[in-house]
Amino acid sequence: MPILVQHRQIVVPGQLLAEGRDVEVKSQHTVYRVGDKLYSAVIGLAEVQNSRINVIALEGFYFPKVDDIVIGIIIDLGLTSWTVDIRAPYTAILHANDALNKPFNPLKDNLRRYFDVGDLLVAKISVFDRTRNPILTVRGKGLGKITKGKIVEIVPSRVPRLIGKKGSMINMIKEETRCQIVVGLNGRVWVVGPSPLHEEVAILAIKKVERETHTTGLTDRVRAFIREELKKRGLMS
Amino acid sequence: MKPEGLKLINEEGLRVDGRKPDELRPVVMEVGVLKNADGSAYVQQGNTKVIAAVYGPREIHPKHLTLPDRAILRTRYHMVPYSTDERKSPAPTRREIELSKVIREALESVIFVELYPRTTIDVFIEVIQADAGTRTAGIMAASLALADAGIPMRDLVAAVAVGKVDGQLVLDINQLEDEYGEADMPIAMMPSLGKIVLLQLNGVLTEEEFKQALQLAKKGIMKLYEYEQQALRKKYVEIKPEEV
Repeated sequence: MPILVQHRQIVVPGQLLAEGRDVEVKSQHTVYRVGDKLYSAVIGLAEVQNSRINVIALEGFYFPKVDDIVIGIIIDLGLTSWTVDIRAPYTAILHANDALNKPFNPLKDNLRRYFDVGDLLVAKISVFDRTRNPILTVRGKGLGKITKGKIVEIVPSRVPRLIGKKGSMINMIKEETRCQIVVGLNGRVWVVGPSPLHEEVAILAIKKVERETHTTGLTDRVRAFIREELKKRGLMS
Repeated sequence: MKPEGLKLINEEGLRVDGRKPDELRPVVMEVGVLKNADGSAYVQQGNTKVIAAVYGPREIHPKHLTLPDRAILRTRYHMVPYSTDERKSPAPTRREIELSKVIREALESVIFVELYPRTTIDVFIEVIQADAGTRTAGIMAASLALADAGIPMRDLVAAVAVGKVDGQLVLDINQLEDEYGEADMPIAMMPSLGKIVLLQLNGVLTEEEFKQALQLAKKGIMKLYEYEQQALRKKYVEIKPEEV
């Protein structure tokens, strides 16, 4: 079962990764098999662990999955539902019943009172089966309208790197910048900090992680980067 | 009509631009050249210059084009008015419509379209300067742009034309050789899988010549494939970790 690529090597579409039936693949759509041969389908980083192989895409769009936490923007409203942009190939739908804690009567009430066009929200995908557009819910812990802070957009396929192994990267950024950060899997990141300057530093750090996704030793470099930026702004001595 | 005294291959066996029969034109490839597109690429082969942009997968408008089980691919091959020595009308010609179709069909076999039902992937190929081989340069630019957009695909597509000029098979023909040669055969392949995704032939080749032409094209395609892979990797190799 020869694996022909190194751990963390950059691979391109069509590149032969491994040969043999006993090589395990752990991936959604980034590796494909023809007979005994495994090829990469995207530009990405190879992850090799014993006889397991995976490719983490460097470029990519967001494709919805049930239970994903996403950050959406209201783009339209109907009588009993909102249309939400979630940066996916499909627009999502948020029904009034999934947003309010009471029955909704369109005769007496107006959706605009709760979410208006342009509002941002943290939501969870509750239903999606590819034959219809995804349906969102904002019922649940940490879900709902965004009223303060800043939003940054990053390439969706680089979200896993921003989170890091068991949240190591994002927790470090949160601690160092004293910001609260919510990462939507669709590549939108919500930052709320004690001051706009703290938020600015957190955003710079997030952008740095996005730009240098494929490099090693990133967590420590970002930590040093944040401390320096905080000092520059007089937020840390 | 061939101008009087024009020799496409000289006494030393070299071509009008000084190349050997099996030599490619100088190649430049760059990925991620457009900010607004989801993926983009620039390909230059000799004097042929092509830019490609990819958008999607995204929602289809108009809605009735939607397919319930796969993504549709919309491809536009277009030559800008200043790409040729005589101004070309910007309206799509019969030729451009045909090329859009054959390029679309080539790319459809490369992309995993069945993963993204009810969406569209839009590919725009603009020829900035034409000196023969625009469809092959275009299809390479498109495949690089698709990879840059992160769309899962079986392989990159590398393509080259083989021509017959003054009775001899030559690789990667230019405008003069295309105009006054006897045959022009563009070929596009998925090189790692060894599959041909586009093959056209304008002119006449014998069966033996056809086989030789195919071998010659494969040789050129393997070289172009390397350039493509380098171009893709370069985008990331250039981003070095910053010193702190």
